[in-house]
Amino acid sequence: MIKLTVNDKIHNVEAPDDMPILWVLRDLLKIKGTKFGCGMGQCGACTVHVNGQAIRSCITPVVVAKNAKITTIEGVDAKGEHPIQIAWKENNVPQCGYCQSGQIMSALTLLKDNPQPTDEDINNHMSGNICRCGTYPRIKTAIKEAAAVLANQAGAKS
Amino acid sequence: MNTTKLSRREFLSYAGIASGGLLLGCSSINPTTPSLPKFVDVAENITAQPLNIFVAIKPDNTVEIISHRAEMGQGSKTGIPQIIADELEADWANVKVIQGLGDKAYGDQNTDGSTSIRKFYDKLREMGASARVMLEQTAADYWNVTIDSVYAKNNFIINKSTGGTLSYGDLAELASKQPLPATESLIYKSSAEFKYIGKPVPIVDLHDMVTGNTTYGIDVELPDLLVASIERCPVLHGSIKSFDASKAFDIPGVIDVIEMPATPETVLYFPLTGIAVLATNTWTALQGRKALEIEWELGKNKNHNSKQVFDQFKDRLKNSPQTVAKKGDVAKGFTAASKVLEAQYLVPYLVHAPMEPPMATAWFHDGICEVWASVQNPQAVMEQGAAMMKLEVDTFKVHTTLLGGGFGRKSKTDFANEAIYLADKTQRAVKVVWSREDDIQASYYHAGAVQSMKAGLNKAGNITAWQQQAVYPTIASTFDHTKNSPQDFELSLGFGDFAYDIDHVLMQKAHADAPVRIGWMRSVCNIQHAFALNCFIDELAHSANIPTEKFILNALGNNRDVDPKLTYGFAFTNYSEELNKHPYSISRYKQVLNKLIANTPINETLPKGQGWGIAVHRSFVSYVAVATKVEVIDSKLSIKEIHCTIDCGLGVNLDRIRSQMEGAMIFGISIALMGNIDIKNGAVVQSNFHDYPVTRMNQSPKIVVHLVNETENPPGGVGEPGVPPVAPSITNAIFAATGKRYRELPLNQYLSV
Repeated sequence: MIKLTVNDKIHNVEAPDDMPILWVLRDLLKIKGTKFGCGMGQCGACTVHVNGQAIRSCITPVVVAKNAKITTIEGVDAKGEHPIQIAWKENNVPQCGYCQSGQIMSALTLLKDNPQPTDEDINNHMSGNICRCGTYPRIKTAIKEAAAVLANQAGAKS
Repeated sequence: MNTTKLSRREFLSYAGIASGGLLLGCSSINPTTPSLPKFVDVAENITAQPLNIFVAIKPDNTVEIISHRAEMGQGSKTGIPQIIADELEADWANVKVIQGLGDKAYGDQNTDGSTSIRKFYDKLREMGASARVMLEQTAADYWNVTIDSVYAKNNFIINKSTGGTLSYGDLAELASKQPLPATESLIYKSSAEFKYIGKPVPIVDLHDMVTGNTTYGIDVELPDLLVASIERCPVLHGSIKSFDASKAFDIPGVIDVIEMPATPETVLYFPLTGIAVLATNTWTALQGRKALEIEWELGKNKNHNSKQVFDQFKDRLKNSPQTVAKKGDVAKGFTAASKVLEAQYLVPYLVHAPMEPPMATAWFHDGICEVWASVQNPQAVMEQGAAMMKLEVDTFKVHTTLLGGGFGRKSKTDFANEAIYLADKTQRAVKVVWSREDDIQASYYHAGAVQSMKAGLNKAGNITAWQQQAVYPTIASTFDHTKNSPQDFELSLGFGDFAYDIDHVLMQKAHADAPVRIGWMRSVCNIQHAFALNCFIDELAHSANIPTEKFILNALGNNRDVDPKLTYGFAFTNYSEELNKHPYSISRYKQVLNKLIANTPINETLPKGQGWGIAVHRSFVSYVAVATKVEVIDSKLSIKEIHCTIDCGLGVNLDRIRSQMEGAMIFGISIALMGNIDIKNGAVVQSNFHDYPVTRMNQSPKIVVHLVNETENPPGGVGEPGVPPVAPSITNAIFAATGKRYRELPLNQYLSV
């Protein structure tokens, strides 16, 4: 039995230690916003946060997340009102939508570590996330808009 | 009588109706014999009309609109309801979009060929207008006035003289008892009156997509569901000599191991030979599959090597071509030339690689087989499932989930047939999960193609003769294994529909066997045809020392509509459209190019190592021109900027047209830079994104999209036509930047990308 905290909710799950977090989330806990894309950490569709760090859940054994906090797309803001989700919506970013959970989870850690990213910073951070539909130009715009909103919010608080 | 404050209950009571469950079933409109609407549950969709789009209205004023086509990122799940809602005068805030089940009554549901809007625009408007008239008539009857004394606005019918209003929700039940208006009696909005058509309406699943609330094929859950992963024979038409599943059964959670049926000679959408491992979850099924010990008999294709076969293709084009179509006498034209140029182009095998690999769930229960799958074609699931299981088509109830990308792969519903087969064997619900390796190695491939081009130029720089040859395995081989050369429907994709005005033209093809399953991928044979055509015209322009854009405009000749049948004797299929509705217009061809030139700095002075290249192509009855700026420094290629102009006729959702163009540019970059499937000893070599790379953000340039004539002409295709001009614009730009001509894709064999 492994104790996992997913989106602030505690789960005790019967899973072999080597089962990737992705399949524990999807098949055992039925938390399905996180997607499977390649199974070898190549595409980023499965990106979630473990203790605030973006990881590829398709290659990360669940034992790594024992007693750690996992955050998935469902834990960002269920109402879709996080500045990054709003920026995504305002730019009509998704096409098929399948990779977008992973894109958003990657973008969140970018902005956490680098609140005012340049184009190159965005490229470097986001190039592990494939979008076969080709939404990259809009993702870039949305990240910059979200960065501006988050900076304003941070300014207002300080 | 003041009716504005009449409650729904009062209204219904007055009308003699007090039951709930209101529904306006708007069945297909037969122009000669209007009939009563069918009272059916739209979600169940059990009617059998020749073509139906259903509108249902609830008492709370919700307007349910069915989208009958698959949504895979192209936006038709928003565009289709936009059209209906506009003619219906529905309030978009009240519209709820429902995904239609697989049903012939909708007409063709195969969501490919860039057809969702262009094939259904008229019918969708008709459905919206018809429903609106029924609501108007109901209100007019109630007010005892003629129908022209009322009008529809924003989910209400309004009485012109009293200003009284009745909501659609209140009217729906009575309206559903109205006779269907005759099609020819319907009055449509003028384009100036459009509220939703031509507007950038946000996609209907946007909120769910950014909160993780969507359901794709992989997300389907059912009680006691088994997950299957299948080890398929690496070579098409190989068979199983023997297998040992004992180690798989040692893994806790592995429930069953089942041998799939042998691949038939004509593959259709039937399962491939293989062994399925069924388990309680995906990870366990994958582990069980790895533990299988299988000895294959690799069969007749085991010696096929695509690189060698491409050399054979070149020989065949030279030594044994078959004439497809012609005009004049090319020999005469070449004699009249002052110089003759020849070039050969190669586009390798390609695979779609949608972000969601194929996924399907099937479950036999209560005398039916219910399927949930990320398919582009739910009716194919029914038909091919019925053929495989020897059951009636209507045994199958097929739900199309959202698709995590399709690009043509998911029109081929073999993965649904796998799920159906296993669900029958186990008598449990089974979800077949394809890994990325399965997706890359067991697809229906875009066929590798070789093309030979030859043209004569006179001293003035005019083309005196043009000879083009193409060879590749045909898609038809998937449906009839005896087919072994490019078919007219494939040559109609940018080959036989030849735009340039040249006196002497010869078009030829050659024999090619299919070593793998061949399918269609976003823009299909236009990929290779547009590549050869646009690269070669650029070569000719440079040889004639004339700017490419001027050379193309000159070669296109006078504004006219081309009929390839009359001009070349070519059996042009025109994307299944009539030429009088969707002509092959040289004028529109020129307009997209002229708009591109006017809006792109293609003649700017550039630093060393940079260059612009252009290409233009008509496909799916739309016209697209692309200009690309590249930089090549120390053998490192960067795509700096892409401009694209599209004339797709009337645009329904302008934002989705732009997004499709953005996506098509990036899809085209993938093809040009990295797309390559090798077949070695009959098996596909590549397996995942590390060796079948696709464009990533750091390779993605600034993209500028310009729309042309977006309020004129009937709607054309949008999802595909952006792709074909991209690769040639890139190779032409590389020539401008470096003087090097690359005629074989992908470019990462020459340059780092």
